[in-house]
Amino acid sequence: MASIEAGTAQGAAGAGGIDAEELARQRQRRFEKVGRWALPLIIMLTAIWLWDRICVWNEIPHFILPRPGVVLATLIDDAPLLFSSLWVTLKITFLSLALAVIGGVGLAVLFTQSKWVEMSFFPFAVVLQVTPIVAIFPLINIYVENQTAKLLLCAWIVAFFPILSNTTLGLNSVDRNLLDLFKLNGATRWQTLWHLRLPAAMPYFLGGLKIAGGLALIGAVVAEFVAGAAGQQSGLASRIIEAGYRLNAPRLFAALILISFTGIVIFLALTWLSNRILRRWHESALTGEH
Amino acid sequence: MTMHAVPAGETGAPQLVMRSVGKTFGNDVVALRDVDLTIRQGDFLSLLGPSGCGKSTALRLIAGLSAPSAGTLDWRGPPMDRTDVGFVFQEPTLMPWATVFDNVWLPLRLRGVSRRDAQERVAAVLEQVHLTGFEEAVPRELSGGMKMRASIARAMVTRPRVLLMDEPFAALDEITRSRLNGDLLELWEAERFTVIFVTHSVFESVFLSSRVIVMAANPGRVFDEMAVDAPYPRDDAFRTSEDYAHLIRAASNMLRAAMGLAPLETANGVH
Repeated sequence: MASIEAGTAQGAAGAGGIDAEELARQRQRRFEKVGRWALPLIIMLTAIWLWDRICVWNEIPHFILPRPGVVLATLIDDAPLLFSSLWVTLKITFLSLALAVIGGVGLAVLFTQSKWVEMSFFPFAVVLQVTPIVAIFPLINIYVENQTAKLLLCAWIVAFFPILSNTTLGLNSVDRNLLDLFKLNGATRWQTLWHLRLPAAMPYFLGGLKIAGGLALIGAVVAEFVAGAAGQQSGLASRIIEAGYRLNAPRLFAALILISFTGIVIFLALTWLSNRILRRWHESALTGEH
Repeated sequence: MTMHAVPAGETGAPQLVMRSVGKTFGNDVVALRDVDLTIRQGDFLSLLGPSGCGKSTALRLIAGLSAPSAGTLDWRGPPMDRTDVGFVFQEPTLMPWATVFDNVWLPLRLRGVSRRDAQERVAAVLEQVHLTGFEEAVPRELSGGMKMRASIARAMVTRPRVLLMDEPFAALDEITRSRLNGDLLELWEAERFTVIFVTHSVFESVFLSSRVIVMAANPGRVFDEMAVDAPYPRDDAFRTSEDYAHLIRAASNMLRAAMGLAPLETANGVH
Protein backbone atom coordinates (compact mmCIF):
# COMPACT_ATOMS: atom_id res chain seq x y z
CA MET A 1 0.00 0.00 0.00
CA ALA A 2 2.75 2.43 0.91
CA SER A 3 4.69 1.66 -2.21
CA ILE A 4 2.01 3.11 -4.50
CA GLU A 5 1.86 6.35 -2.52
CA ALA A 6 5.62 6.47 -2.35
CA GLY A 7 5.83 6.04 -6.09
CA THR A 8 3.80 9.15 -6.74
CA ALA A 9 5.33 11.06 -3.86
CA GLN A 10 8.78 10.33 -5.19
CA GLY A 11 7.87 11.90 -8.49
CA ALA A 12 6.32 14.92 -6.81
CA ALA A 13 9.06 15.53 -4.28
CA GLY A 14 11.62 16.20 -6.99
CA ALA A 15 15.18 17.12 -6.24
CA GLY A 16 14.97 18.78 -2.81
CA GLY A 17 12.87 16.73 -0.39
CA ILE A 18 12.71 13.21 0.91
CA ASP A 19 9.84 11.15 -0.39
CA ALA A 20 7.17 9.58 1.77
CA GLU A 21 8.68 6.12 1.59
CA GLU A 22 12.02 7.33 2.89
CA LEU A 23 10.32 9.30 5.68
CA ALA A 24 8.39 6.23 6.73
CA ARG A 25 11.55 4.18 6.67
CA GLN A 26 13.39 6.72 8.83
CA ARG A 27 10.56 6.76 11.34
CA GLN A 28 10.54 2.98 11.36
CA ARG A 29 14.27 2.91 12.03
CA ARG A 30 13.94 5.34 14.94
CA PHE A 31 11.19 3.25 16.51
CA GLU A 32 13.23 0.10 16.12
CA LYS A 33 16.24 1.71 17.73
CA VAL A 34 14.28 2.64 20.87
CA GLY A 35 12.19 -0.52 20.83
CA ARG A 36 15.24 -2.76 20.74
CA TRP A 37 16.02 -2.04 24.38
CA ALA A 38 12.77 -0.48 25.63
CA LEU A 39 10.48 -3.38 24.78
CA PRO A 40 12.44 -6.14 26.54
CA LEU A 41 12.81 -3.84 29.54
CA ILE A 42 9.07 -3.20 29.71
CA ILE A 43 8.29 -6.90 29.40
CA MET A 44 10.85 -7.72 32.09
CA LEU A 45 9.47 -5.15 34.52
CA THR A 46 5.90 -6.29 33.82
CA ALA A 47 6.89 -9.89 34.50
CA ILE A 48 8.49 -8.96 37.83
CA TRP A 49 5.43 -6.91 38.79
CA LEU A 50 3.15 -9.78 37.83
CA TRP A 51 5.28 -12.18 39.87
CA ASP A 52 4.91 -9.89 42.87
CA ARG A 53 1.14 -9.54 42.35
CA ILE A 54 0.64 -13.29 41.99
CA CYS A 55 2.36 -13.84 45.35
CA VAL A 56 0.15 -11.23 46.98
CA TRP A 57 -3.13 -12.20 45.32
CA ASN A 58 -2.73 -15.89 46.09
CA GLU A 59 -1.12 -15.33 49.48
CA ILE A 60 1.73 -17.67 48.52
CA PRO A 61 4.10 -18.24 51.46
CA HIS A 62 7.61 -17.01 50.73
CA PHE A 63 9.21 -20.41 51.28
CA ILE A 64 7.27 -21.56 48.21
CA LEU A 65 7.57 -18.48 46.03
CA PRO A 66 9.16 -15.39 47.56
CA ARG A 67 8.18 -11.93 46.36
CA PRO A 68 10.80 -10.14 44.23
CA GLY A 69 11.43 -7.67 47.04
CA VAL A 70 12.25 -10.50 49.45
CA VAL A 71 14.65 -12.04 46.94
CA LEU A 72 16.39 -8.70 46.52
CA ALA A 73 16.65 -8.29 50.30
CA THR A 74 18.10 -11.81 50.61
CA LEU A 75 20.58 -11.04 47.86
CA ILE A 76 21.81 -8.09 49.89
CA ASP A 77 21.63 -9.77 53.32
CA ASP A 78 23.33 -12.98 52.18
CA ALA A 79 25.80 -11.15 49.95
CA PRO A 80 29.00 -12.31 51.76
CA LEU A 81 27.93 -15.94 51.55
CA LEU A 82 26.52 -15.80 48.02
CA PHE A 83 29.34 -13.79 46.51
CA SER A 84 32.04 -16.00 47.97
CA SER A 85 30.19 -18.92 46.40
CA LEU A 86 29.89 -17.00 43.13
CA TRP A 87 33.64 -16.49 43.26
CA VAL A 88 34.17 -20.25 43.57
CA THR A 89 31.89 -20.92 40.60
CA LEU A 90 33.54 -18.19 38.56
CA LYS A 91 37.01 -19.57 39.25
CA ILE A 92 35.98 -23.00 38.00
CA THR A 93 34.22 -21.48 34.98
CA PHE A 94 37.09 -19.32 33.81
CA LEU A 95 39.84 -21.76 34.60
CA SER A 96 38.03 -24.48 32.67
CA LEU A 97 37.34 -22.08 29.81
CA ALA A 98 41.01 -21.15 29.66
CA LEU A 99 42.01 -24.80 29.65
CA ALA A 100 39.39 -25.49 27.00
CA VAL A 101 40.89 -22.79 24.79
CA ILE A 102 44.39 -24.17 25.22
CA GLY A 103 43.32 -27.76 24.71
CA GLY A 104 40.84 -27.06 21.91
CA VAL A 105 43.10 -24.81 19.86
CA GLY A 106 46.15 -26.96 20.53
CA LEU A 107 44.43 -30.12 19.40
CA ALA A 108 42.85 -28.37 16.40
CA VAL A 109 46.30 -27.20 15.30
CA LEU A 110 47.60 -30.74 15.71
CA PHE A 111 44.71 -32.01 13.60
CA THR A 112 45.48 -29.64 10.74
CA GLN A 113 49.18 -30.45 10.80
CA SER A 114 48.55 -34.06 10.03
CA LYS A 115 45.66 -35.47 8.05
CA TRP A 116 46.31 -38.87 9.67
CA VAL A 117 45.95 -37.52 13.18
CA GLU A 118 42.76 -35.75 12.21
CA MET A 119 41.31 -38.79 10.48
CA SER A 120 42.12 -40.95 13.47
CA PHE A 121 40.90 -38.71 16.25
CA PHE A 122 38.18 -36.50 14.86
CA PRO A 123 35.48 -39.21 15.06
CA PHE A 124 36.33 -39.51 18.76
CA ALA A 125 35.77 -35.83 19.22
CA VAL A 126 32.45 -36.04 17.43
CA VAL A 127 31.27 -39.03 19.46
CA LEU A 128 32.19 -37.25 22.67
CA GLN A 129 30.46 -34.13 21.46
CA VAL A 130 27.15 -35.77 20.63
CA THR A 131 27.14 -37.75 23.89
CA PRO A 132 25.33 -35.74 26.59
CA ILE A 133 28.58 -35.28 28.41
CA VAL A 134 27.02 -34.45 31.78
CA ALA A 135 26.02 -38.12 31.89
CA ILE A 136 29.64 -39.08 32.56
CA PHE A 137 29.98 -36.72 35.51
CA PRO A 138 29.14 -39.43 38.06
CA LEU A 139 32.06 -41.45 36.64
CA ILE A 140 34.42 -38.53 37.04
CA ASN A 141 33.03 -38.16 40.53
CA ILE A 142 34.21 -41.69 41.28
CA TYR A 143 37.60 -41.52 39.58
CA VAL A 144 38.84 -38.11 40.63
CA GLU A 145 39.61 -37.43 44.28
CA ASN A 146 40.42 -33.75 44.36
CA GLN A 147 37.30 -31.60 44.50
CA THR A 148 38.61 -28.72 42.38
CA ALA A 149 40.13 -31.07 39.81
CA LYS A 150 36.81 -32.89 39.61
CA LEU A 151 34.84 -29.72 38.93
CA LEU A 152 37.44 -28.42 36.51
CA LEU A 153 37.46 -31.61 34.52
CA CYS A 154 33.67 -31.65 34.21
CA ALA A 155 33.42 -28.02 33.16
CA TRP A 156 36.39 -28.39 30.81
CA ILE A 157 34.96 -31.39 29.06
CA VAL A 158 31.77 -29.59 28.03
CA ALA A 159 33.51 -26.33 27.10
CA PHE A 160 36.28 -28.01 25.13
CA PHE A 161 34.43 -29.50 22.16
CA PRO A 162 32.87 -26.43 20.60
CA ILE A 163 36.29 -24.81 20.58
CA LEU A 164 37.95 -27.87 19.09
CA SER A 165 35.39 -28.43 16.35
CA ASN A 166 35.01 -24.77 15.43
CA THR A 167 38.74 -24.13 15.36
CA THR A 168 39.38 -27.25 13.30
CA LEU A 169 36.72 -26.15 10.84
CA GLY A 170 38.26 -22.68 10.72
CA LEU A 171 41.82 -23.90 10.22
CA ASN A 172 40.64 -26.05 7.32
CA SER A 173 38.45 -23.46 5.66
CA VAL A 174 41.36 -21.39 4.41
CA ASP A 175 41.03 -20.03 0.88
CA ARG A 176 42.69 -22.57 -1.46
CA ASN A 177 44.24 -19.77 -3.49
CA LEU A 178 45.83 -18.27 -0.41
CA LEU A 179 47.30 -21.66 0.42
CA ASP A 180 48.70 -21.81 -3.12
CA LEU A 181 50.10 -18.33 -2.71
CA PHE A 182 51.91 -19.36 0.46
CA LYS A 183 53.20 -22.45 -1.30
CA LEU A 184 54.42 -20.39 -4.24
CA ASN A 185 56.31 -18.16 -1.86
CA GLY A 186 57.97 -21.09 -0.17
CA ALA A 187 56.23 -20.62 3.18
CA THR A 188 57.12 -23.08 5.89
CA ARG A 189 54.43 -25.07 7.69
CA TRP A 190 54.85 -22.79 10.67
CA GLN A 191 54.54 -19.62 8.57
CA THR A 192 51.40 -20.94 6.93
CA LEU A 193 49.93 -21.72 10.32
CA TRP A 194 50.87 -18.43 11.91
CA HIS A 195 50.24 -16.00 9.06
CA LEU A 196 47.34 -17.76 7.36
CA ARG A 197 45.53 -20.58 9.13
CA LEU A 198 45.26 -19.08 12.60
CA PRO A 199 44.00 -15.65 11.47
CA ALA A 200 41.59 -17.32 9.03
CA ALA A 201 40.25 -19.51 11.83
CA MET A 202 39.70 -16.55 14.15
CA PRO A 203 35.98 -15.97 13.42
CA TYR A 204 35.27 -19.69 13.82
CA PHE A 205 37.28 -19.86 17.03
CA LEU A 206 35.47 -16.85 18.48
CA GLY A 207 32.12 -18.42 17.62
CA GLY A 208 33.21 -21.54 19.47
CA LEU A 209 34.44 -19.46 22.38
CA LYS A 210 31.04 -17.81 22.78
CA ILE A 211 29.35 -21.20 22.98
CA ALA A 212 32.06 -22.55 25.28
CA GLY A 213 31.72 -19.62 27.69
CA GLY A 214 28.11 -20.50 28.39
CA LEU A 215 28.86 -24.21 28.51
CA ALA A 216 31.71 -23.75 30.98
CA LEU A 217 29.32 -22.09 33.40
CA ILE A 218 26.74 -24.84 32.91
CA GLY A 219 29.49 -27.41 33.37
CA ALA A 220 30.68 -25.79 36.57
CA VAL A 221 27.14 -25.75 38.01
CA VAL A 222 26.14 -29.25 36.96
CA ALA A 223 29.47 -30.68 38.14
CA GLU A 224 28.83 -29.24 41.56
CA PHE A 225 25.34 -30.71 41.64
CA VAL A 226 26.88 -34.11 40.99
CA ALA A 227 29.92 -33.73 43.20
CA GLY A 228 27.89 -32.21 46.01
CA ALA A 229 30.48 -29.94 47.54
CA ALA A 230 29.86 -28.42 50.92
CA GLY A 231 31.37 -25.95 53.35
CA GLN A 232 33.80 -23.17 52.54
CA GLN A 233 34.61 -24.36 49.05
CA SER A 234 31.04 -24.60 47.84
CA GLY A 235 29.93 -22.71 44.77
CA LEU A 236 26.53 -21.37 43.84
CA ALA A 237 25.18 -24.77 42.83
CA SER A 238 25.72 -26.13 46.31
CA ARG A 239 24.02 -23.06 47.76
CA ILE A 240 21.02 -23.80 45.56
CA ILE A 241 20.82 -27.42 46.67
CA GLU A 242 21.37 -26.49 50.29
CA ALA A 243 18.70 -23.77 50.12
CA GLY A 244 16.36 -26.29 48.52
CA TYR A 245 16.79 -28.73 51.41
CA ARG A 246 16.10 -26.00 53.90
CA LEU A 247 13.14 -24.63 51.97
CA ASN A 248 15.03 -21.34 51.88
CA ALA A 249 13.39 -20.25 48.65
CA PRO A 250 14.51 -16.60 48.79
CA ARG A 251 18.17 -17.62 48.92
CA LEU A 252 17.60 -20.20 46.19
CA PHE A 253 16.16 -17.50 43.97
CA ALA A 254 18.96 -15.10 44.85
CA ALA A 255 21.58 -17.69 43.89
CA LEU A 256 19.69 -18.44 40.69
CA ILE A 257 19.64 -14.78 39.74
CA LEU A 258 23.36 -14.51 40.37
CA ILE A 259 24.07 -17.49 38.10
CA SER A 260 21.86 -16.20 35.34
CA PHE A 261 23.43 -12.76 35.65
CA THR A 262 26.88 -14.36 35.42
CA GLY A 263 25.83 -16.17 32.25
CA ILE A 264 24.66 -12.91 30.71
CA VAL A 265 27.87 -11.12 31.63
CA ILE A 266 30.02 -13.91 30.18
CA PHE A 267 28.03 -13.88 26.96
CA LEU A 268 28.20 -10.11 26.62
CA ALA A 269 31.92 -10.04 27.41
CA LEU A 270 32.71 -12.68 24.81
CA THR A 271 30.47 -11.00 22.23
CA TRP A 272 32.25 -7.71 22.86
CA LEU A 273 35.63 -9.40 22.57
CA SER A 274 34.70 -11.10 19.34
CA ASN A 275 33.28 -7.92 17.79
CA ARG A 276 36.39 -6.04 18.78
CA ILE A 277 38.73 -8.54 17.21
CA LEU A 278 36.71 -9.03 14.04
CA ARG A 279 35.69 -5.41 13.54
CA ARG A 280 38.41 -4.60 11.06
CA TRP A 281 37.68 -7.30 8.58
CA HIS A 282 34.26 -8.58 9.42
CA GLU A 283 32.15 -5.54 10.13
CA SER A 284 29.81 -6.25 7.24
CA ALA A 285 29.27 -9.79 8.53
CA LEU A 286 28.58 -8.52 12.05
CA THR A 287 26.07 -5.82 11.26
CA GLY A 288 24.39 -7.76 8.48
CA GLU A 289 25.00 -5.05 5.88
CA HIS A 290 25.76 -5.89 2.26
CA MET B 1 48.04 -8.71 -42.59
CA THR B 2 49.37 -12.16 -41.93
CA MET B 3 48.95 -13.34 -38.43
CA HIS B 4 48.62 -17.05 -38.62
CA ALA B 5 50.85 -19.22 -36.51
CA VAL B 6 53.68 -16.76 -36.76
CA PRO B 7 55.71 -16.58 -33.57
CA ALA B 8 56.26 -12.98 -32.57
CA GLY B 9 59.83 -12.35 -33.55
CA GLU B 10 60.60 -9.16 -31.72
CA THR B 11 60.60 -10.56 -28.20
CA GLY B 12 63.61 -11.98 -26.42
CA ALA B 13 65.28 -15.33 -26.00
CA PRO B 14 63.32 -18.47 -25.10
CA GLN B 15 62.58 -18.52 -21.39
CA LEU B 16 60.36 -21.54 -21.00
CA VAL B 17 60.11 -24.41 -23.43
CA MET B 18 57.23 -26.80 -22.88
CA ARG B 19 57.54 -30.09 -24.73
CA SER B 20 54.61 -32.52 -25.12
CA VAL B 21 53.33 -31.48 -21.74
CA GLY B 22 50.30 -33.37 -20.53
CA LYS B 23 48.29 -33.50 -17.36
CA THR B 24 45.90 -36.27 -16.47
CA PHE B 25 44.02 -36.14 -13.21
CA GLY B 26 43.35 -39.11 -10.98
CA ASN B 27 39.84 -39.53 -12.34
CA ASP B 28 41.27 -40.06 -15.86
CA VAL B 29 40.29 -36.58 -16.97
CA VAL B 30 42.84 -35.41 -19.52
CA ALA B 31 43.24 -31.74 -18.68
CA LEU B 32 46.10 -31.15 -21.09
CA ARG B 33 47.57 -33.18 -23.90
CA ASP B 34 50.76 -32.68 -25.91
CA VAL B 35 51.31 -29.01 -25.29
CA ASP B 36 54.31 -27.66 -27.15
CA LEU B 37 54.93 -24.05 -26.37
CA THR B 38 57.93 -21.77 -26.29
CA ILE B 39 57.58 -18.69 -24.14
CA ARG B 40 60.08 -15.90 -24.75
CA GLN B 41 61.51 -13.40 -22.35
CA GLY B 42 59.27 -10.33 -22.39
CA ASP B 43 56.31 -12.02 -24.08
CA PHE B 44 52.84 -10.91 -23.20
CA LEU B 45 51.15 -14.19 -23.88
CA SER B 46 47.45 -14.87 -23.61
CA LEU B 47 45.97 -18.30 -23.22
CA LEU B 48 42.51 -17.96 -24.75
CA GLY B 49 39.93 -20.69 -24.77
CA PRO B 50 36.58 -22.02 -23.64
CA SER B 51 36.01 -23.47 -20.16
CA GLY B 52 37.69 -26.80 -19.66
CA CYS B 53 40.46 -26.26 -22.19
CA GLY B 54 43.12 -26.52 -19.51
CA LYS B 55 44.24 -22.89 -19.45
CA SER B 56 44.31 -22.74 -15.68
CA THR B 57 45.93 -26.16 -15.46
CA ALA B 58 48.68 -24.96 -17.79
CA LEU B 59 49.21 -21.94 -15.58
CA ARG B 60 49.45 -24.08 -12.45
CA LEU B 61 52.00 -26.32 -14.15
CA ILE B 62 54.09 -23.32 -15.12
CA ALA B 63 53.83 -21.96 -11.58
CA GLY B 64 55.02 -25.27 -10.20
CA LEU B 65 51.82 -25.67 -8.19
CA SER B 66 51.31 -29.03 -9.82
CA ALA B 67 53.55 -31.40 -11.75
CA PRO B 68 52.98 -32.51 -15.36
CA SER B 69 52.08 -36.16 -15.94
CA ALA B 70 53.92 -36.13 -19.26
CA GLY B 71 56.49 -34.00 -21.05
CA THR B 72 58.92 -31.42 -19.75
CA LEU B 73 58.95 -27.80 -18.72
CA ASP B 74 62.38 -26.48 -19.46
CA TRP B 75 63.35 -23.11 -18.00
CA ARG B 76 66.10 -21.36 -19.91
CA GLY B 77 68.40 -18.56 -18.89
CA PRO B 78 69.37 -17.80 -15.30
CA PRO B 79 68.15 -20.44 -12.86
CA MET B 80 64.56 -19.90 -11.77
CA ASP B 81 63.51 -19.96 -8.19
CA ARG B 82 60.27 -19.10 -6.52
CA THR B 83 61.03 -15.39 -6.45
CA ASP B 84 60.88 -15.37 -10.21
CA VAL B 85 57.20 -16.22 -10.54
CA GLY B 86 54.35 -13.95 -9.49
CA PHE B 87 50.80 -15.27 -9.50
CA VAL B 88 47.56 -13.30 -9.72
CA PHE B 89 44.40 -15.28 -9.07
CA GLN B 90 40.94 -14.82 -10.49
CA GLU B 91 39.79 -13.34 -7.20
CA PRO B 92 41.93 -10.76 -5.44
CA THR B 93 42.62 -13.39 -2.73
CA LEU B 94 43.74 -10.86 -0.16
CA MET B 95 43.92 -11.74 3.51
CA PRO B 96 40.85 -9.93 4.88
CA TRP B 97 42.40 -9.38 8.31
CA ALA B 98 45.48 -7.64 6.99
CA THR B 99 46.00 -4.12 5.66
CA VAL B 100 46.98 -3.46 2.05
CA PHE B 101 50.56 -2.94 3.20
CA ASP B 102 50.64 -6.24 5.07
CA ASN B 103 49.08 -8.07 2.14
CA VAL B 104 51.65 -6.71 -0.30
CA TRP B 105 54.48 -7.24 2.18
CA LEU B 106 53.54 -10.91 2.60
CA PRO B 107 55.75 -12.50 -0.11
CA LEU B 108 58.75 -10.58 1.24
CA ARG B 109 57.79 -11.35 4.82
CA LEU B 110 57.73 -15.06 4.05
CA ARG B 111 61.30 -14.64 2.84
CA GLY B 112 62.29 -13.04 6.11
CA VAL B 113 62.25 -9.38 5.07
CA SER B 114 61.29 -7.17 8.00
CA ARG B 115 58.56 -4.54 7.81
CA ARG B 116 61.11 -1.76 7.84
CA ASP B 117 63.26 -3.28 5.11
CA ALA B 118 60.17 -3.93 2.99
CA GLN B 119 58.83 -0.40 3.37
CA GLU B 120 60.52 1.08 0.35
CA ARG B 121 59.77 -1.74 -2.05
CA VAL B 122 56.13 -2.00 -0.98
CA ALA B 123 55.66 1.75 -1.34
CA ALA B 124 57.19 1.64 -4.82
CA VAL B 125 55.03 -1.20 -6.05
CA LEU B 126 51.89 0.35 -4.56
CA GLU B 127 52.71 3.50 -6.47
CA GLN B 128 53.03 1.50 -9.66
CA VAL B 129 49.51 0.12 -9.26
CA HIS B 130 48.17 3.54 -8.16
CA LEU B 131 47.35 2.53 -4.60
CA THR B 132 49.53 5.03 -2.77
CA GLY B 133 47.69 6.30 0.30
CA PHE B 134 45.79 3.05 0.86
CA GLU B 135 48.55 1.27 2.78
CA GLU B 136 46.53 1.09 5.98
CA ALA B 137 43.17 0.23 4.39
CA VAL B 138 41.79 -3.27 4.88
CA PRO B 139 40.41 -5.17 1.88
CA ARG B 140 36.76 -4.68 2.76
CA GLU B 141 37.24 -0.94 2.45
CA LEU B 142 38.43 -1.27 -1.15
CA SER B 143 36.49 -1.55 -4.40
CA GLY B 144 36.86 -4.63 -6.58
CA GLY B 145 39.31 -2.89 -8.87
CA MET B 146 41.44 -1.65 -5.99
CA LYS B 147 41.55 -5.12 -4.47
CA MET B 148 42.81 -6.46 -7.77
CA ARG B 149 45.45 -3.70 -7.88
CA ALA B 150 46.61 -4.75 -4.42
CA SER B 151 46.72 -8.33 -5.63
CA ILE B 152 48.88 -7.35 -8.61
CA ALA B 153 51.14 -5.32 -6.33
CA ARG B 154 51.59 -8.38 -4.13
CA ALA B 155 52.58 -10.47 -7.14
CA MET B 156 54.99 -7.77 -8.32
CA VAL B 157 56.66 -7.02 -5.01
CA THR B 158 59.35 -9.66 -5.44
CA ARG B 159 60.17 -8.37 -8.96
CA PRO B 160 59.23 -11.65 -10.66
CA ARG B 161 60.56 -12.40 -14.10
CA VAL B 162 57.31 -14.12 -15.01
CA LEU B 163 53.86 -12.92 -14.01
CA LEU B 164 51.13 -15.53 -14.23
CA MET B 165 47.57 -14.21 -14.28
CA ASP B 166 44.53 -16.49 -14.08
CA GLU B 167 41.58 -14.50 -15.50
CA PRO B 168 42.40 -11.68 -13.10
CA PHE B 169 39.83 -9.18 -14.38
CA ALA B 170 36.96 -11.55 -15.19
CA ALA B 171 34.87 -10.49 -12.21
CA LEU B 172 35.27 -6.75 -12.74
CA ASP B 173 32.91 -4.36 -14.48
CA GLU B 174 33.79 -3.25 -18.00
CA ILE B 175 35.06 0.23 -17.07
CA THR B 176 37.30 -0.98 -14.25
CA ARG B 177 38.48 -3.80 -16.43
CA SER B 178 39.60 -1.61 -19.31
CA ARG B 179 41.31 0.77 -16.91
CA LEU B 180 43.19 -2.12 -15.28
CA ASN B 181 44.09 -3.46 -18.74
CA GLY B 182 45.69 -0.12 -19.56
CA ASP B 183 47.53 0.06 -16.24
CA LEU B 184 48.78 -3.49 -16.57
CA LEU B 185 50.21 -2.72 -20.01
CA GLU B 186 51.90 0.38 -18.64
CA LEU B 187 53.48 -1.69 -15.90
CA TRP B 188 54.57 -4.36 -18.36
CA GLU B 189 56.10 -1.84 -20.74
CA ALA B 190 58.05 -0.27 -17.90
CA GLU B 191 59.41 -3.54 -16.51
CA ARG B 192 59.23 -5.98 -19.43
CA PHE B 193 58.70 -9.08 -17.40
CA THR B 194 57.03 -12.00 -19.11
CA VAL B 195 53.25 -12.24 -18.68
CA ILE B 196 51.15 -15.33 -19.18
CA PHE B 197 47.57 -14.21 -19.09
CA VAL B 198 44.66 -16.64 -19.00
CA THR B 199 41.40 -15.22 -20.28
CA HIS B 200 37.99 -16.02 -21.75
CA SER B 201 37.84 -12.71 -23.51
CA VAL B 202 38.90 -12.31 -27.12
CA PHE B 203 38.94 -8.53 -26.68
CA GLU B 204 41.16 -8.62 -23.64
CA SER B 205 43.62 -11.06 -25.16
CA VAL B 206 44.03 -9.07 -28.36
CA PHE B 207 44.27 -5.72 -26.62
CA LEU B 208 46.93 -6.87 -24.18
CA SER B 209 49.09 -9.50 -25.70
CA SER B 210 51.86 -9.87 -28.18
CA ARG B 211 50.84 -13.46 -28.75
CA VAL B 212 47.51 -15.22 -28.37
CA ILE B 213 47.47 -18.97 -27.85
CA VAL B 214 44.05 -20.41 -28.63
CA MET B 215 43.24 -23.58 -26.75
CA ALA B 216 40.57 -26.22 -27.27
CA ALA B 217 38.83 -28.51 -24.81
CA ASN B 218 38.34 -32.29 -24.53
CA PRO B 219 41.19 -32.91 -24.22
CA GLY B 220 42.75 -29.56 -23.33
CA ARG B 221 45.31 -28.68 -25.97
CA VAL B 222 46.89 -25.86 -27.92
CA PHE B 223 44.73 -25.36 -31.00
CA ASP B 224 46.40 -22.52 -32.80
CA GLU B 225 48.26 -19.32 -32.15
CA MET B 226 48.44 -15.84 -33.50
CA ALA B 227 50.90 -13.01 -33.20
CA VAL B 228 49.42 -9.63 -32.41
CA ASP B 229 51.93 -7.42 -34.11
CA ALA B 230 50.33 -4.08 -33.25
CA PRO B 231 52.88 -1.77 -31.65
CA TYR B 232 52.91 -0.80 -27.99
CA PRO B 233 51.97 1.43 -26.26
CA ARG B 234 48.38 0.53 -26.96
CA ASP B 235 45.66 2.86 -25.82
CA ASP B 236 42.04 3.66 -26.54
CA ALA B 237 43.00 4.69 -30.06
CA PHE B 238 44.08 1.09 -30.65
CA ARG B 239 40.78 -0.18 -29.27
CA THR B 240 38.88 1.75 -31.93
CA SER B 241 41.30 1.11 -34.80
CA GLU B 242 40.58 -0.99 -37.85
CA ASP B 243 43.62 -3.17 -37.10
CA TYR B 244 42.09 -4.07 -33.77
CA ALA B 245 38.82 -5.01 -35.43
CA HIS B 246 40.66 -7.29 -37.86
CA LEU B 247 42.65 -8.90 -35.09
CA ILE B 248 39.49 -9.45 -33.04
CA ARG B 249 37.82 -11.09 -36.02
CA ALA B 250 40.79 -13.34 -36.62
CA ALA B 251 41.05 -14.34 -32.97
CA SER B 252 37.30 -14.89 -32.71
CA ASN B 253 37.30 -17.16 -35.73
CA MET B 254 40.25 -19.06 -34.36
CA LEU B 255 38.41 -19.51 -31.10
CA ARG B 256 35.24 -20.56 -32.95
CA ALA B 257 37.23 -23.12 -34.90
CA ALA B 258 38.68 -24.40 -31.63
CA MET B 259 35.13 -24.87 -30.41
CA GLY B 260 34.03 -26.54 -33.66
CA LEU B 261 31.96 -23.58 -34.88
CA ALA B 262 31.86 -22.01 -38.34
CA PRO B 263 33.69 -18.70 -38.82
CA LEU B 264 31.77 -15.45 -38.49
CA GLU B 265 30.16 -14.03 -41.64
CA THR B 266 30.90 -10.44 -42.51
CA ALA B 267 28.77 -7.84 -44.19
CA ASN B 268 31.49 -6.94 -46.69
CA GLY B 269 33.11 -10.26 -47.26
CA VAL B 270 35.70 -12.24 -45.38
CA HIS B 271 39.00 -10.45 -44.80
